[in-house]
Amino acid sequence: MAAKEDRRYLESHEWHKLDGDVVSIGISRFAVDELTDITYLELSQDSGEIAAGQAIGEIESVKTTSELYSGIDGEIVAVNTAAIESPEILNDDPWDQGWIIKIKPSDPAQLENLLSAADYDAKCNG
Amino acid sequence: MLLQTPFYKFHVSRGAKFTDFAGWEMPLSFGSVIAEHQQIRQHGGMFDVSHMGRFKIAGRHSRRLLERVLTRRVTDMEEKTCRYALVCNEQGGIMDDVLVYRFSGYWMLVVNASNRSKIYTHLQAVIEQNKMVVKLSDQTQSTAMVALQGPGIMEKIGQFSREVPTLKRYSFCEKNLLILKMTISRTGYTGEDGVEIIMGAAMADKALKLLVREPVEGQVDVMGSCGLAARDTLRLEAAMPLYGHELTEEIDPLTAGLSFAVNLDKDQEDRGEPFVGQDALKQIAAAGLKQKRVGLQFEGKRTPRQGGLVRQGDTEVGYVTSGCLSPTLGYPIAMAYVAVEQAETGTALSVDLSNGKRIEGQVVPLPFYKSGGK
Repeated sequence: MAAKEDRRYLESHEWHKLDGDVVSIGISRFAVDELTDITYLELSQDSGEIAAGQAIGEIESVKTTSELYSGIDGEIVAVNTAAIESPEILNDDPWDQGWIIKIKPSDPAQLENLLSAADYDAKCNG
Repeated sequence: MLLQTPFYKFHVSRGAKFTDFAGWEMPLSFGSVIAEHQQIRQHGGMFDVSHMGRFKIAGRHSRRLLERVLTRRVTDMEEKTCRYALVCNEQGGIMDDVLVYRFSGYWMLVVNASNRSKIYTHLQAVIEQNKMVVKLSDQTQSTAMVALQGPGIMEKIGQFSREVPTLKRYSFCEKNLLILKMTISRTGYTGEDGVEIIMGAAMADKALKLLVREPVEGQVDVMGSCGLAARDTLRLEAAMPLYGHELTEEIDPLTAGLSFAVNLDKDQEDRGEPFVGQDALKQIAAAGLKQKRVGLQFEGKRTPRQGGLVRQGDTEVGYVTSGCLSPTLGYPIAMAYVAVEQAETGTALSVDLSNGKRIEGQVVPLPFYKSGGK
């Protein structure tokens, strides 16, 4: 269940993966397993600017409701409407098909401030 | 240190995700909660409910003790039957909801894990105050208990016993399967047919060997393991109250819609006894109820949660006690206490979510789900 090494993490379980000049954000397998079945996904906005530390949406499971955060600043370029329609995609494939939002980062170097996969795993298992 | 049931290692082998429930390390789920829920509705499954408290009550004044502490008459119970009842405090507040079993010569009380020590202490106090001769023994940790629930369970159990499928609801039998002595009752907490089985803790492994097969990929297993999370969504669809949610010491059984389990006149009968909380409940009944437990159904897919305020327009009229996105029905449901003026079926009400948003819904009849039809 180790975190993927090709991305950076928030302690609140969001992953951030840089592809070219776009960063995809999703939640980790650990988070999905903790939440159990995801029943609802809502984004506060589907375009425009977001800031690091800002709640970008909400995610609901059978047991609980949680907020979603971005770890970096940027402009939204895409949202995963398939995942909003069918949030169980996050349970099935949180690392890939279950991405939530894509942003164009204002400063890709901000990613360096986030947790590495190893540090994130250590937090989860700690 | 959390308590573990005799099935703990079995749960680990089935990949359980555990949770601390009233001091017990209990399986929350074994994968998908929704899949477990649907498995029970469509086929069947097994829950470990060994954490629930089991008290044996024997001795000369057992019957009197139970008439004193339970809101519901027990004197007319036949042997090998069970009855749902409440334990109230002097103010009529609910201390617990219980199942009482009448055996030949003694009784068993099954109580909620979270209330086990409270009810044990309460029983002891009533015994002492009334100088009763009763032997009260807590058998929770010397026994184990499983619930087998679902439409496929009776056929499966019929392979082991011809008698069990002939049991009426709320009756039980005592069975010796090989060397296993078990009490099997046709009871449950899911809204489906099924049984609950009490056995000696030392027999738990043998019982598993008898009942459980290794899971086969792609095959339905009517004895498949299910956890507390699915048990919660199942009982909510069936509108069964849960202690700590619909039932608390601040709520009385009449407000909770459980008057079927309250006999306000039982002290008037031959061998009758007044019960703790009876006078208070009579006053509440005479004054008329201020609130009622209702079902709410919502638009959209968002889940109402315990504590969410219920509103009519902007006016607060109640609060949610349990909510979920119903796996069977596909829409959000909740149980709530609302003022009687707003409790009519069809009344449009909204519920606050944690972020200040609201979801729109209406009062609907309970239960949300009934096995075999709707």
